[in-house]
Amino acid sequence: MYAFTYHRPATARQAASLLAKKEDAKLLAGGHTLLPTMKQRLASPGALVDLSSCADLKGIARKGRNLVIGAMTTHAEVASSPEVQEAIPALAYLAGHIGDPHVRHRGTIGGSVANNDPAADYPAALLALGATVVTNKRKLPAAEFFSGLYETALDEGEIVVRISFPVASKAGYAKFRNPASRYALVGVFVAKRGGEIAVAVTGAGEGGVFRWPEAEAALKARFAPKSLDGLKHTAKGINGDIHADAEYRAHLIGVMAKQAVAQATGKA
Amino acid sequence: MANLSMTVNGKAVTANVDPRTLLVQFLRENLRLTGTHVGCDTSQCGACVVHLDGKAVKACTTLALSCEGASVTTIEGLANGGTLHPMQEAFREHHGLQCGFCTPGMIMSAVDIVNRRGNSLDEKTIREDLEGNICRCTGYHNIVKAIAAGAEAMAGGSVRDREAPRQAAE
Repeated sequence: MYAFTYHRPATARQAASLLAKKEDAKLLAGGHTLLPTMKQRLASPGALVDLSSCADLKGIARKGRNLVIGAMTTHAEVASSPEVQEAIPALAYLAGHIGDPHVRHRGTIGGSVANNDPAADYPAALLALGATVVTNKRKLPAAEFFSGLYETALDEGEIVVRISFPVASKAGYAKFRNPASRYALVGVFVAKRGGEIAVAVTGAGEGGVFRWPEAEAALKARFAPKSLDGLKHTAKGINGDIHADAEYRAHLIGVMAKQAVAQATGKA
Repeated sequence: MANLSMTVNGKAVTANVDPRTLLVQFLRENLRLTGTHVGCDTSQCGACVVHLDGKAVKACTTLALSCEGASVTTIEGLANGGTLHPMQEAFREHHGLQCGFCTPGMIMSAVDIVNRRGNSLDEKTIREDLEGNICRCTGYHNIVKAIAAGAEAMAGGSVRDREAPRQAAE
């Protein structure tokens, strides 16, 4: 690691002012992407602003029809939260299958969302559930927030404060994991809210998380795994790498989508 | 350099460290607690697992300064004087190790599993929750057996109970 100065503000407001003042500052959430990247000297921030003491960035609450999760809430906290398990069980399931238990004790929803790793799990949930990312400056719908590989609509100095998830009537998540990293080779999150159906795919897209309109149309007729029979995603625009080629990933999208619907309908 | 204070295995420690110092470096190099190992250094192998405020974390991917004011338990903090912790005893009894390099992390993870899931653990649960710990010798079978046995043995007086007075004394 290259040298940096370390700061641990107590509130998001203090964090924002440090971020603005310090040259080349970066936010540190759970650190499970940033610290390894710094060790490899692929990132060399001049200052780290550690958000771990910002109490206003933590916590889980049900607010009317929304489930609101603070950015610094860990994966383990989301997975084990009775509020999440009751409101959107698929989200608790997703959080409980990120990495391993130790990683889940440190990794945070805000960090995952802000990093927008193309193989991360949370982006699929945000996109399918129609979540809103609340920052210290504005509110962004998930569809506008995720803009490309490791890219988001966040401006310089903007901090993710919380994520607000409208509670779906049915939701499910299935992923085919890379057996070593536990990242999604392909992950599919499906959500049904009234007559609206959303199918979001992570791990597979050349441009990061995306929706699969054909599957949504098929599920609109009937929300059941069978509705996806014979439906295939094209390999065009799908990632290929040493772990899986584009054809294989495209096939997995169909398989995972079916499993996600089965989970959402209690047939898994 | 920055000032740092935390509680490690029940003892208050203070130091002046470079902000780059990882928790595992602080434990090993400043405190000479070399039971916590560095395996992969990329948060995959779990040889560096310690408990941070009662939760298992990978000390190679945590800055020491992020642990300001926290309570850390390492493998050295488990045994009660000359008496091994029930989980350590179970690893010995069930041959849960060969070279021993992964063992401190395995045992810290095992105790964390018990803290989260209780004393009656089935094989599937143990294997799933050991996803973050790699052993290249044993093939895991005896580790899984040791953890199931250690978990039951801990029912007598869990490590959580044992850790409680230390935290109260902070």
